[in-house]
Amino acid sequence: MTPVSSKLYTDDVSLLMVLIDTNPFFWNSVKSTLAFSTFLSNVLAFLNSILLLNQLNQVVVIATGYNSCDYIFDSSDSQSQTQRVEQMLQKLEEFVDKDESLGREDSVDGPGFSLLSGSLSMALCYIQRVFRSGPLHPQPRILCLHGSPDGPGQYVAVMNSIFSAQRSMVPIDSCVLGAQHSAFLQQASYITGGVYLKPQLLDGLFQYLATVFATDLHSRAFLQLPKPAGVDFRASCFCHKNTIDMGYICSVCLSIFCKHQKKCSTCGSVFGQAQTQDSSTPDRKRKTPLDA
Amino acid sequence: MADKQVMKRAKYKSSVKDPGVAGVLKLNIERFVFMPNDPKASTKLNVEFRMITGHKFTKEGSSKQALLNLTQEQGGNYIFEFDSFADRDVCREFVAAAIAFHSEAGKATTENSAALVNSEQLSRAETERRIKLLQENSELQRLHRQFVFGGILTDAEFWATRKKLLDQNDNRRPKQRVALKNEMWTVKPLSDGQSNRVTFNLTPEIIHQIFAEKPAVRQAYLSFVPNKMTEKEFWTKYSRAEYLHSTKNVVAAAAEAAEDEELAVFLKRDDMLANEARRKIRRVDPTVDMEADEGDDYIHLPDHGLFQNETKDVLESQYEPYRRSFSQDLNQHAAVVLQGRLVDVELGDPRSVAEALSRTKQAEVSDEISNRNLEKELSDRISRIAEIEDLQGPRDPAVAPLSIKDPRDYFDSQQANAVKALGDAGSGAKPLKSSVSPREAYGSLTDLVSDIRVMGLSEPIMNPEVALKVLNGLTQSISSTKFHLGKNPRESVLDSLPKVTKEELLHHWTSVQELLKHFWSSYPITTKYLYTKVTRLKDAMSQVYPKLQEIKESVQSDFRHQVSLLVHPMLQALDAAFAHYDADVQKRSAKSGERFNGFG
Repeated sequence: MTPVSSKLYTDDVSLLMVLIDTNPFFWNSVKSTLAFSTFLSNVLAFLNSILLLNQLNQVVVIATGYNSCDYIFDSSDSQSQTQRVEQMLQKLEEFVDKDESLGREDSVDGPGFSLLSGSLSMALCYIQRVFRSGPLHPQPRILCLHGSPDGPGQYVAVMNSIFSAQRSMVPIDSCVLGAQHSAFLQQASYITGGVYLKPQLLDGLFQYLATVFATDLHSRAFLQLPKPAGVDFRASCFCHKNTIDMGYICSVCLSIFCKHQKKCSTCGSVFGQAQTQDSSTPDRKRKTPLDA
Repeated sequence: MADKQVMKRAKYKSSVKDPGVAGVLKLNIERFVFMPNDPKASTKLNVEFRMITGHKFTKEGSSKQALLNLTQEQGGNYIFEFDSFADRDVCREFVAAAIAFHSEAGKATTENSAALVNSEQLSRAETERRIKLLQENSELQRLHRQFVFGGILTDAEFWATRKKLLDQNDNRRPKQRVALKNEMWTVKPLSDGQSNRVTFNLTPEIIHQIFAEKPAVRQAYLSFVPNKMTEKEFWTKYSRAEYLHSTKNVVAAAAEAAEDEELAVFLKRDDMLANEARRKIRRVDPTVDMEADEGDDYIHLPDHGLFQNETKDVLESQYEPYRRSFSQDLNQHAAVVLQGRLVDVELGDPRSVAEALSRTKQAEVSDEISNRNLEKELSDRISRIAEIEDLQGPRDPAVAPLSIKDPRDYFDSQQANAVKALGDAGSGAKPLKSSVSPREAYGSLTDLVSDIRVMGLSEPIMNPEVALKVLNGLTQSISSTKFHLGKNPRESVLDSLPKVTKEELLHHWTSVQELLKHFWSSYPITTKYLYTKVTRLKDAMSQVYPKLQEIKESVQSDFRHQVSLLVHPMLQALDAAFAHYDADVQKRSAKSGERFNGFG
């Protein structure tokens, strides 16, 4: 293990963690607009260009599956350049097989959710490992190529990953391929200072990737990158996993609920009953005459 | 507004004693006109308010006549006597408003003229404060004009919601109290060098300080001065004593004291001070360990490191009471200065100062006596601090343990709702209801992956035209967000609007807010008064409604969207108010109907 003091600190060497959404249900639903193979070829070209930008650049690809996540590519593994793509695709196939074997459900409605929280955590772990070992101290960033809708059930885990990324100053860039905006990734990019982008023309994905996400963190300071017009800050309630605008917060552990609870389901605190009759209803009261 | 006027029967008098000429006084915003009842009388008056600088009036309730005295700029004045105080007050308020109106230079139109006519009796100061506020705040003035003159709100209602503003304005001039001088009064005898006379200068300020610092002198003053000796004698004696002290000749001081018992009072150590010091020592926190703290500071240095050539020689015990230490004086002085000025008495009269100081001291002492809890608290504290840790039982932690239940509960519960949430989340742009079996989905995914393995990357990756489109799109969106959101977060949509529209919008916003504030605050309706008020407010609000629509339509199409976004919340708030009003009216009619049935 190289001692930290002798590490090579540079501002133009990047460690790019790419999280690829491999949720089969999502890719199946967008087969006509953006085939997974088209997507892959765009991403592979992008990864190659990142590696070409600086000899010391490192790219790690994590597959975000439906049932599991795994590392499928690491450019620091010694391998001949020509076999890179071949190796990654092979790993990806293996991963998909494994992911399928882990599944239990017979049929899934809609695109389902991929395990964003899992792959974010893996990316952060990898970054920490690079920080603590190896000869280089690159500038890390995470790029989420995500298509599946947000899984409200992962809200807490995703938010925790976001905050730990913020703490270790790792920006999370997001490129949303699905039909809707992703509130999770909007918040992730907003909190960590990354770029959030939802491409309009999926055919030109490579162009988006190369224009917006290829520059290293140092150069970003000099560029005008797309800014989102607004961020969806809504949270998911812990009780029904609904996305809510207004709710109740546990005063002890800050858990979020959509309805008044007698007891916090996370930490077990018992809530007072005192003003529930008065203070919880005025909002409703004001609304009823509106409906009438 | 100019047509608002007040007409009252009054007598015009050239002076207070003058019986006066009976007639009619007509007031409007521009001028007041007095027409005598007797058309032949020559005392017709027609004066512009512009010329009037102030007004005076007699207090109500006294047996005096109801007089109003208008002071003219050039010095003369007009005195009117009214039949009743009510008449007078109406005129007085009108005049106050008119004068305020004219004193506002340049603003020829409008202003708060007659609206002050209300049943409530306002003190003059109150009226002035309101007028001042209106003058300072043009927005408030606009609102006031719109609603109070428009008859939607009464003056009292308008100001009732702004009590805080009035109070603030009032508190703006705090009365600052001057503290005691942080300077020890040391006797600096002014000797002329020729005779043996020594002169002392005493000012009321210094006397106050002496009284505050030396309770014994105060006591002596109170007991001696009017009876035993004159004030001058007293201070001469005091100065002599101070002089003796300054010579540091303890033996001489003792000798003089033996001869003159009054002088002895000044020369002996102050017993009252000593008592007070003892009392204070009793109240010192018993947990303070002076010995332990000794090493921490410099109190072990003699005289705190201050050089003082005090007589160090040992004296016989009989002289002991005549010694005074510098540090004692210093401490006493510091305590008095820190305490600040306790009494608020005119400093001119030493006697009243002395008495006031004695009173406050006594009050302090009696406070302490009554405060028996203090001792208990002290003993509690001792027992708490002095407890022996080994003998104490284990103390419970002061916090409740946080029990995070099995996190699986939380994650499991999601499964049940997953399907439901899925429907919600999936139905964004296009509902994806296609149900796919996992085998099929995974199959197609692996097929696609193997496709690419076999075929290799597509060449070229993408169409150059698409790339150009993307690039243009990105550039455009970046430059437009930069333009719209700006570098300055304070830059708002409002600033991009034409100035007229912006002002109009802001004005409507404040007026809608004002109306809504009054509207909602009058619910629940308990009196008839509130009912009429609400009705009035509702009418006013329904007048604002089309105006907002007008604004929306009047602006250019570029801004229409933004303006409608701004107007929308106002309309919504108004709608909510209307809905509430309608619902309330329905409820009321239903209730009254029931009651009617009940009676029938």
